[in-house]
Amino acid sequence: MKVSCEALRKVEDICEQFGNAPGELISILHECQNTLGYLPEEVQAVIARKLGVPPQKVYGVVTFYSFFSMVPKGKYPVSVCLGTACYVRGSDKVLEEFKRVLGIEVGQTTPDGKFSLDCLRCVGACGLAPVATIGEKVYGRLNPSDIKKIIAEFEE
Amino acid sequence: MITLTIDNRAVTVPRGTTVLDAAASVGINIPALCHMDLKGTCVKNAPASCRLCVVEIEGRRNLAPSCATLVAEGMIVRTNSERVVRARKTVAELILSDHPNDCLTCPKCSDCELQRLVIRFNIRRMTYKGEQSQRKHEETAAISRNMDKCILCRRCESVCNQVQSVGVLGAVRRGFDATIAPTFDRMFKDTDCTYCGQCVAVCPTGALMERDNTDRLLDDLYDPEKIVIAQPAPAVRVALGEEFGLEPGTIVTGKLASSLRYLGFDYVFDTDFGADLTIMEEGAEILHRLKAFLGGDKRVELPIMTSCCPAWVNFFEHNYPDLLEYPSSAKSPAQMFGAVAKTYWAEKMGIPREKLVVVSIMPCLAKKYECEREEFSLNGNPDVDYSLSTRELARLIKRSNIDFMTLPDSDFDTPMGESSGAAAIFGATGGVMEAALRTVYEVYTGKTLPRLEFTDVRGLQGIKEATIDLAGFPLKVCVAHTLSNARILMDKLRAGELDYHVVEVMACPGGCIGGAGQPYHHGNVEILKARTRAIYREDEGKPVRKSHENPDIQQLYKVFLGEPLGERSEKLLHTHYFNKASKSS
Repeated sequence: MKVSCEALRKVEDICEQFGNAPGELISILHECQNTLGYLPEEVQAVIARKLGVPPQKVYGVVTFYSFFSMVPKGKYPVSVCLGTACYVRGSDKVLEEFKRVLGIEVGQTTPDGKFSLDCLRCVGACGLAPVATIGEKVYGRLNPSDIKKIIAEFEE
Repeated sequence: MITLTIDNRAVTVPRGTTVLDAAASVGINIPALCHMDLKGTCVKNAPASCRLCVVEIEGRRNLAPSCATLVAEGMIVRTNSERVVRARKTVAELILSDHPNDCLTCPKCSDCELQRLVIRFNIRRMTYKGEQSQRKHEETAAISRNMDKCILCRRCESVCNQVQSVGVLGAVRRGFDATIAPTFDRMFKDTDCTYCGQCVAVCPTGALMERDNTDRLLDDLYDPEKIVIAQPAPAVRVALGEEFGLEPGTIVTGKLASSLRYLGFDYVFDTDFGADLTIMEEGAEILHRLKAFLGGDKRVELPIMTSCCPAWVNFFEHNYPDLLEYPSSAKSPAQMFGAVAKTYWAEKMGIPREKLVVVSIMPCLAKKYECEREEFSLNGNPDVDYSLSTRELARLIKRSNIDFMTLPDSDFDTPMGESSGAAAIFGATGGVMEAALRTVYEVYTGKTLPRLEFTDVRGLQGIKEATIDLAGFPLKVCVAHTLSNARILMDKLRAGELDYHVVEVMACPGGCIGGAGQPYHHGNVEILKARTRAIYREDEGKPVRKSHENPDIQQLYKVFLGEPLGERSEKLLHTHYFNKASKSS
């Protein structure tokens, strides 16, 4: 997938806003991810050049934090909580069911671009464990058998 | 000064010392794995990540990593209490739980720091079993990578970034998926890697190794059709002995020549001969540019920069493609040797090019890559067929039932085995500069040097400067080793702020004596210093100490090459450089 020149110019602008400071790398990545939805190789290379750091450094940070993604997120990003409370109440099985129903692994996006799947640690709704979010919507007390129906809500 | 107690012993050390170093000063060797500090150079790795060097400090709840804990007045440290010893062993056992543990066939076996600790901690079985990391494997011209053996000590990351400023290697991902990799998990060959190999020189395990050419050499030596000739580099003869238990800094030139003969090489020559040739050509180039400059040509590229070091060549081709006119066009000594061997000598001996195999024995891994550069070949036949490291030669000697210690001394063969003291010092940082100055001074001034030693350009300091009086003209020279220091100079050059006439650059700390193909120093800088002293002893012991006074070099110019920078010399002994700036970054 090719990133548009316009998008790359936006990335340059964001770097400038942060004074091209290597210490602002994480803030810059957040801003770029929010603006573009993902951080492909070309974007990371531009950031590295603007900040005067090796591209490897940028790649190291992007792959370290789960918030950053190198593939575009789906229209409906699914996040399954694997925090302690959710985990002990079976969120691993919920995650497996999402993988099965969507046919993708964690960190991937469905070929039609509709759904992406990620894990996160705690959304602050432990009372509802196990919890998953789809976009802004929170689903609690999930059972693996619920998943198919939930996904179908979005499959119009 | 700070006084503390370690294992019931009073220890007094300067403020700012680590507990690890304080303990070592009284002979208490705390085991450490990720830690490396080559004192006096910029090689340092102290992430305190492996936790093998933990100690108990009275008043602290948790065990402390001694490599990253500074001494404090009155501190009471225990390095061998039951709690410490158990914790250390557990940490090592956990490292082993995600390690291939195929020591029997591992190329690092017996030189592996993890293996040594396992023996030291008396670990006799695999305590923990779990999932094994499946990471990248790659074989490049110079470096072999098996990241399954990586223990994430991050020494390679430190040298690649802080020491060499190349920035290829670093940590990616997290937790169990973490690995050390280039940008976008590329292969080395698709990055700006210079093949300096310093990552290999510091790797504690078998994750990063040299590409092994020993079997290839044996095949050639066994082939009755082939004439196989050897050329060992200056730095090899002051380090090879270490592999056989000799003191660092022992000169084994005579045994080196004998061992190569016993291995079955048909002729044993010397890269030092190529080094003298390099000085003739590079010296002439220095004089040529200098005379143009003094004659009023303001466009002439100064400073002229040395070009012997193949990792340095890769570095400027990748990072400074706008400055390719500054480095000397002279090939490296090994390549000059190859070019002369496969033309002049082969013709003289009546050996067809395809039957002649030129093998270099180098302290270097980048030389392996250099051999494969297309411009150093004729119709696909390379001038130097391939290169072995000092370590590979040692392995081959042992494998061939040769008792190195009882070998007699012997001389190199003629005519490409004769060399000067100037060639010998190529192996240490500042050596090429000093060798060039000896010749440039005498040719330029027409006078004999009153004193041959240029001590200002010697030593481990990262960037050294000197001004030499060339019959009234102040010649300003500069010597840098490690590529981060080279980057400082190149950035200044790009900005038009580099005020020197001649610059020497070597990629490895200490120069070739600290090359990535040398016996492992395991963080002991005294080994590098001993090798350096040996290099200068070798020089002092030579009857001829200036390249232009080497009689075999004089003869070669007389009967074959003509003049330095002459038509034939240009064709055989000079090269050109390429723009290798990466396109995506």
